[in-house]
Amino acid sequence: MGQMGQGHPASTLAMHGVTGASQARLGWYLLVVSLVVVVVVCLLLGASAWRARRRRAAAEERELVHPGGSGLAWVMVGGIIVPAIVLTATFVFTVATLHANAAPWRPPAATIRVVGHQWWWEVHYVGGSPAAEVVTANEIHVPVGEPVRLVLSSDDVIHSFWVPEIAGKMDLIPGKTNETWIAARDTGAYEGECGEYCGVQHSHMHLRLIAEPPDRFAAWLAAQRRPAATGTAPSAGAQAFFSAGCASCHTIRGTRAGGRVGPDLTHLMSRRTIAGGTLENTRGNLAAWVTDAQGLKPGARMPTLAVQPDQFQQLLGYLETLR
Amino acid sequence: MTTMAAPSAYPLGNRLERSPGWWAMIWIIATEASLFGFLLFSYFYVASQARGAWPPGGPLELRLALPNTILLIVSSLTMWWAERGIARGSRMRLRIGLLVTFVLGAIFVIVQGIEWSHKSFGPRDDVFGALFFTITGFHGLHVIVGLLLNLAVQVWAWMGSFTEDRHLAVTNAAMYWHFVDVVWLAVFTSLYLSPRWA
Amino acid sequence: MAVVPATIETAPVERLRRIWETPPGLRGTLTTVDHKTIGKRYLVTAFIFLLVGGVEASIMRAQLAHSGLRLVSPGVYDQLFTLHGITMIFWYAAPILSGFSNYIWPLLMGSRDMAYPRVNALSYWTFLASGIFLYTSPFLGQAPNAGWFAYPPFTLTTYDPGLNMDFYALGLLFLTVSTTVGAINFIGTVTKMRAPGMSVNRMPIFMYGTMTTSFSVLFALPSLSVACVFLFLERRFGFPFFDPANGGQPLLWQHLFWILGHPWVYIVVLPAMGIVSEVIPVFSRRPLVAHSLVALSTVATGIIGFGVWVHHMFATGLPALSMSFFSGASVLITIPSGIAVFAWIATMWTGRPRFQTPMLFATGFIALFVIGGVSGVVTAAVPYDLQVTDTYFVVAHLHYVLIGINLFGVLTGFYYWFPKITGRMLDERLGKWNFWVAFIGFNIGFFPMHIAGVLGMPRRIYTYPAGMGWDTINLITTIGSYIFAIGILLFVVNVIVSLRRGAPAGPNPWDAGTLEWATPSPPPPYNFAVIPTVRSSYPLWEDRLPPSGETARGEERSSVFRGPVLDDKRETLGTSPLEADTMSVLRMPEDSPWPFLLTVALALVFYGAVFGVWWLAIAGAAGVLATLAGWFWPRSLEGGAVA
Repeated sequence: MGQMGQGHPASTLAMHGVTGASQARLGWYLLVVSLVVVVVVCLLLGASAWRARRRRAAAEERELVHPGGSGLAWVMVGGIIVPAIVLTATFVFTVATLHANAAPWRPPAATIRVVGHQWWWEVHYVGGSPAAEVVTANEIHVPVGEPVRLVLSSDDVIHSFWVPEIAGKMDLIPGKTNETWIAARDTGAYEGECGEYCGVQHSHMHLRLIAEPPDRFAAWLAAQRRPAATGTAPSAGAQAFFSAGCASCHTIRGTRAGGRVGPDLTHLMSRRTIAGGTLENTRGNLAAWVTDAQGLKPGARMPTLAVQPDQFQQLLGYLETLR
Repeated sequence: MTTMAAPSAYPLGNRLERSPGWWAMIWIIATEASLFGFLLFSYFYVASQARGAWPPGGPLELRLALPNTILLIVSSLTMWWAERGIARGSRMRLRIGLLVTFVLGAIFVIVQGIEWSHKSFGPRDDVFGALFFTITGFHGLHVIVGLLLNLAVQVWAWMGSFTEDRHLAVTNAAMYWHFVDVVWLAVFTSLYLSPRWA
Repeated sequence: MAVVPATIETAPVERLRRIWETPPGLRGTLTTVDHKTIGKRYLVTAFIFLLVGGVEASIMRAQLAHSGLRLVSPGVYDQLFTLHGITMIFWYAAPILSGFSNYIWPLLMGSRDMAYPRVNALSYWTFLASGIFLYTSPFLGQAPNAGWFAYPPFTLTTYDPGLNMDFYALGLLFLTVSTTVGAINFIGTVTKMRAPGMSVNRMPIFMYGTMTTSFSVLFALPSLSVACVFLFLERRFGFPFFDPANGGQPLLWQHLFWILGHPWVYIVVLPAMGIVSEVIPVFSRRPLVAHSLVALSTVATGIIGFGVWVHHMFATGLPALSMSFFSGASVLITIPSGIAVFAWIATMWTGRPRFQTPMLFATGFIALFVIGGVSGVVTAAVPYDLQVTDTYFVVAHLHYVLIGINLFGVLTGFYYWFPKITGRMLDERLGKWNFWVAFIGFNIGFFPMHIAGVLGMPRRIYTYPAGMGWDTINLITTIGSYIFAIGILLFVVNVIVSLRRGAPAGPNPWDAGTLEWATPSPPPPYNFAVIPTVRSSYPLWEDRLPPSGETARGEERSSVFRGPVLDDKRETLGTSPLEADTMSVLRMPEDSPWPFLLTVALALVFYGAVFGVWWLAIAGAAGVLATLAGWFWPRSLEGGAVA
């Protein structure tokens, strides 16, 4: 799972993305300044309590203090002047970061259209012609060091596209198209999550962003562009796929399976995860997902299928040919 | 101690101008005005985001709405006349003024109903229809509330409850009625006129 | 009307008591308009909502204690966090402050009641009824389930078909009745009912807090009402306000919601800041530093609070210019808060603080206030907000605001005014335990949430995978929040024990300087035997402080125990809005059944609407008109007052 070895695969302070790194720098600044402010105020509170302890003996409990020194200097310095300076710096830093992230430094290397669904991500690589367009799900490949344009929309409710180690969020809003750009600075696999509550399985709406060298990215894209590598003669597994009704929701390019409800399965086995980026793509998980989707992800659109045991093995075997 | 420097007698303040009851109506009007502000904000926000023509069927017809608007303005004048009447001690002017205002307001509601029934679109057809019927419906409800206030004050006026210097309920009902009329001018300008300027 | 001066010794207190007292029994219970009774009811009811919301939270914390747990189903979890959010934000945090304001305001301003006592009763009854209405939904298994900000299109029937969000929309509309009439009552009271001489520059900060929030309610709450009406019309009748298929705009909801939602944050903190501004001077043994500046900052916060709502929407794809503007406004709003914080610190520094329980809570409040404030600045900086928005960082931030700045202020108020309200002191030793357990538990529980957010944990997830680095943090959070819950239970224990066995308080146990401490504890039904006249911010301290300002120029001094009696009927003085010059005698209304009956009629309307039983709703509407007619039917002034 890529960066998972580091223990914090969704850290907002990581510097693996170009925009993410500038956000993280601002984040570090904010967190440090915040901490200093909190510590200073707590020290002042402690000090005034400590002073009171010393003065207590000198004075009658209920006596009032002469408000001669009105304390206005405190308010002027601590409440107005210092905050004004710190906040002005913060605002300047904020606007500068916004400005720096407004547009990429060179034309994007690819345009990726992401459509949010309850609870998975539909991913299109926009090509020169419709035929050149690649459709996949829950896994986004980008060339490292290159800016990539993201075109975001939603098919149902509001979602938010978020790969914390690469960049901050951008919402996917039905009826509206949002555009942003991202660029990975380092190769690796990065964890992505849905950043806006979108229903019962909002918790299980993940994606994987894979940043790889440009040549490997090009090879991956070319492989994805091909139809499914199944033979011309319909196998028993393919028949199981159709008889179980899978085709009414899923597309396998090169076959008559053309459903649009669930993810495109043409190159299912090339993806590292299934079930909206929440399960490792292993034979065991695939089997569990096909037979018990509702147990693993209650409320998901994927039904729990009642497949005969022999057909089931054929179905799994067929899915594993979708490389 | 010179606490009692103030005069030793004060008027009873409940039914004076600027009494708590008068202020209550002012704040009710303020929050209601804000309500209509947000309704119109919604209208203009959706209009600014709309793709294609706004309103979808072209600007709304003025054939009924314009005379109705004038009717409502006149009803504000008659309400004002009624309130001035009781302020000068004329209970008859109050009764007549309230009655005429009520009739004019009722005609407004009826005409509004006729206009609704003749619209080529419904509130479920698209967002414009939803906004049109909701905003004019909200206003219509407020006119009806104004008419009910008018009715109550009229009953009390015929009972002889009001005098030259005790008629806060009349003042409040009148303020509310003027408010409802001013809101209509805002609604009318936004829904009927503003698409014509674009 | 003749005004007879007297002193508290010569005032006819028995006659006053007869005039003002509500008779016991069911009739008295349902008809009373005594602001003290209403205030107590508000405090107890809102606190019960706090405990209910706390139970919901503790179930969620159990579910999140470790990755992959399945204690509750995802659907139940969604209802829990939504119910928890709206209960705490709408049915606890604002109403509890209304409770304090209702009880304390007339005492603090030297009046015998609020401006509109029957409206006050209506405000409480509708608060209670709307809460019962909301809590009907979990018993049907259909509690609101889309988060407290309820973004469409998820909240439309396509994606959320049950009655869940109908209860949300109608429940909030029902509560709006309470909040709006309550705000009108506070504004009317502050403009008309202050003791003679309590000019705006002498008004306690607590009054500024509630006054500012009342104006915010008046001008911002209609935004939520419009949103909820739209939502209900779309869900029930198919008016496409938010559905993009028919030209609707999902973002319209977000604008309308946050135009209220952000001012609401100030609505639930400004009065709490006001409470702390009352307490810190008393225990520091000196007047508040920079009283006028703090008053101005309170008002300024309320005003700027209207210009920051878009900072909740930075990730929705807005133009950069608009983001810079709202970011700037959100940063700017920190300045007034900074003024308040340093006014408190300066008061402590130049005073001689004694750390009895109210002061402990107030000091803890300042620390938590600063943490909640700076984390707010973090979310105002757009680029980093794009990272932390909708994560546990925001959850941490809003809990430092709602617990740190609201609940700790509320507990400060309870420890401070409990003796006034009940005549008994809260136990000091239990109080210190209460403070330390709650304060330490809260920080153990909620500070790590910031880190969870920085490490990318989204809010509103019912579980999370192992390997994200969130397990330990969540376990600590769960443990800390349970410790915090024990702290709150210690408070409940302290209240129960002290109600029976607390030391008698006497009129002014803290030797405080403001008017509420000039009355016996608990105050008699008429509050003040004589109406006081005020010439400074701390009338009870005047004789012991060196003359300053106006008093130094040889003007009059306050007269707390000598003044007009006003004992013809229920009467108090009406004064002018700015200078509080006496203008008139106000007849206050007698006890009345109409507020309660009006609430019952309204409840029929809302229950009829939510279940689609329209004859019931129409019957309720007829009842509303009938009760209003009864309420406002003209009476001779001898019998009672209009409005």
